[in-house]
Amino acid sequence: MKNKYSIFSLIKNAFSYHEYWQRAWRDPEPKKEYDAIIIGGGGHGLATAFYLAKKHNMKNIAVVEKSWIGGGNTGRNTTIIRSNYLWDASAGLYDHALKIWESLSQELNYNVMFSQRGVMNLAHNLQDVRDLKRRTHANRLNGIDAVWLNTEQVKKFCPIINTSPNIRYPVLGGTLQKRAGTARHDAVAWGYARGADEMGVDIIQNCEVKGIKRKGDSVEGIETTKGFIKSKKIGVVAAGHSSVIAKMVDLKLPLESKPLQALVSEPVKPIIDTVVMSNAVHAYVSQSDKGELVIGAGTDAYVSYTQRGSHDVVEGTLKAILELYPIFSRMKMLRQWGGIVDICPDASPIISKTHIKGLYFNCGWGTGGFKATPGSGDLFAHTIANDEPHKLNADFNINRFVSGDLVDEHGAAAVAH
Amino acid sequence: MFLINCPYCGERDQSEFSAGGEAHIVRPKQPTELSDDQWAEYLFMRKNIKGVQFERWNHSHGCRKWFNMVRDTSNDKIHAIYKMGEKPPIK
Repeated sequence: MKNKYSIFSLIKNAFSYHEYWQRAWRDPEPKKEYDAIIIGGGGHGLATAFYLAKKHNMKNIAVVEKSWIGGGNTGRNTTIIRSNYLWDASAGLYDHALKIWESLSQELNYNVMFSQRGVMNLAHNLQDVRDLKRRTHANRLNGIDAVWLNTEQVKKFCPIINTSPNIRYPVLGGTLQKRAGTARHDAVAWGYARGADEMGVDIIQNCEVKGIKRKGDSVEGIETTKGFIKSKKIGVVAAGHSSVIAKMVDLKLPLESKPLQALVSEPVKPIIDTVVMSNAVHAYVSQSDKGELVIGAGTDAYVSYTQRGSHDVVEGTLKAILELYPIFSRMKMLRQWGGIVDICPDASPIISKTHIKGLYFNCGWGTGGFKATPGSGDLFAHTIANDEPHKLNADFNINRFVSGDLVDEHGAAAVAH
Repeated sequence: MFLINCPYCGERDQSEFSAGGEAHIVRPKQPTELSDDQWAEYLFMRKNIKGVQFERWNHSHGCRKWFNMVRDTSNDKIHAIYKMGEKPPIK
């Protein structure tokens, strides 16, 4: 049984200099067989295991991770959470996640520092204005909060933005989703890991999958660096490396893996209390609780698994940031990094069964998967447990690329996803 | 970030070039006879290899010519560059 985290446990442990905190999750050796194996110990994979155990009563589950949990894109994103997507299918999917975010800290007994500070999306030309207004209307029809702000209202909401009409891409307005915001990315992985572990899920780190064993049309288990593990159900949540896993069963996915970069500045006093995104000039920024500006850059246009990314992409983003926020012109950037994102042609994810029995894929989240973590885990768990998709992820099946029934969020959500 | 030796212009910064995706995907000769599965394969399915991959690139801020490249996507090292229509020098 895990000790409950509370103000009292904090005080109690303070008296012993925080030296006797209970271990948050075990470090088990893999068993011979599991009822389900999740490949990938990021937020989505851990959430999947958590909801399989919690809602579908499957306790004999393993999460295998080639490195340490939350060390991939879960720990590399800019932590933005929003659900103001254009199409009905996406609105359903992302708002399902947002609703879980709203009570996630309580559900996990782990502070994920979810902060509904609002996300503002800027418009810089007439087409942006039309697109964003249309999206606002579509959001409201789907029960998602959204308002249109004119230039003065943008300036009032975030006073440090340069709203001069004389800049290269002037701010003509923007949309605001007040329920949107940020969360602490590592805490999400750790909270789900702790919760899943408590229900008996084995989290096996430093265990790389080398092959998937098949028998006819179904799966039998996985070959790993820690030996063969048997299971009739395998859920793959490997983000940028999804195609690498798919190749083990000769499956081709409609994905391209590209480095996506982010960077943070030196910490400063609170200066921006919301998240501002701009698709047209590709710049988005928020401020962490430590005081660092968290800036999201773009993807490199070519396939690469290098987890670094090109300098010119960062340069382009910072140019746009400086025009929009001249106040940042003398700030120093502290760290820059890249994560490998798997992008679908329609910029929507795949949460789906495959033609191989017992093999499921949750991938293609591209540049915007973090916000969906709880919803993705919940729906993927449903899909694995019932061998059928939930109605909220039915549209995100892999066959949409054959039928042509795409969920095209590329134009709607644009690059800053 | 790396340098690319354009077969027409010589060595230039990668930012001058545009990536055109996987190379040697053959355009269907009889589009009307393709099944939905074949269309999906042609339009959307990609090898997305971690390792040595064959790609098309365009020198979009230079001579604007297309060419092929063999590149290791795990470390961005370029193994070979060859013109359109030529056979890949590496298997």
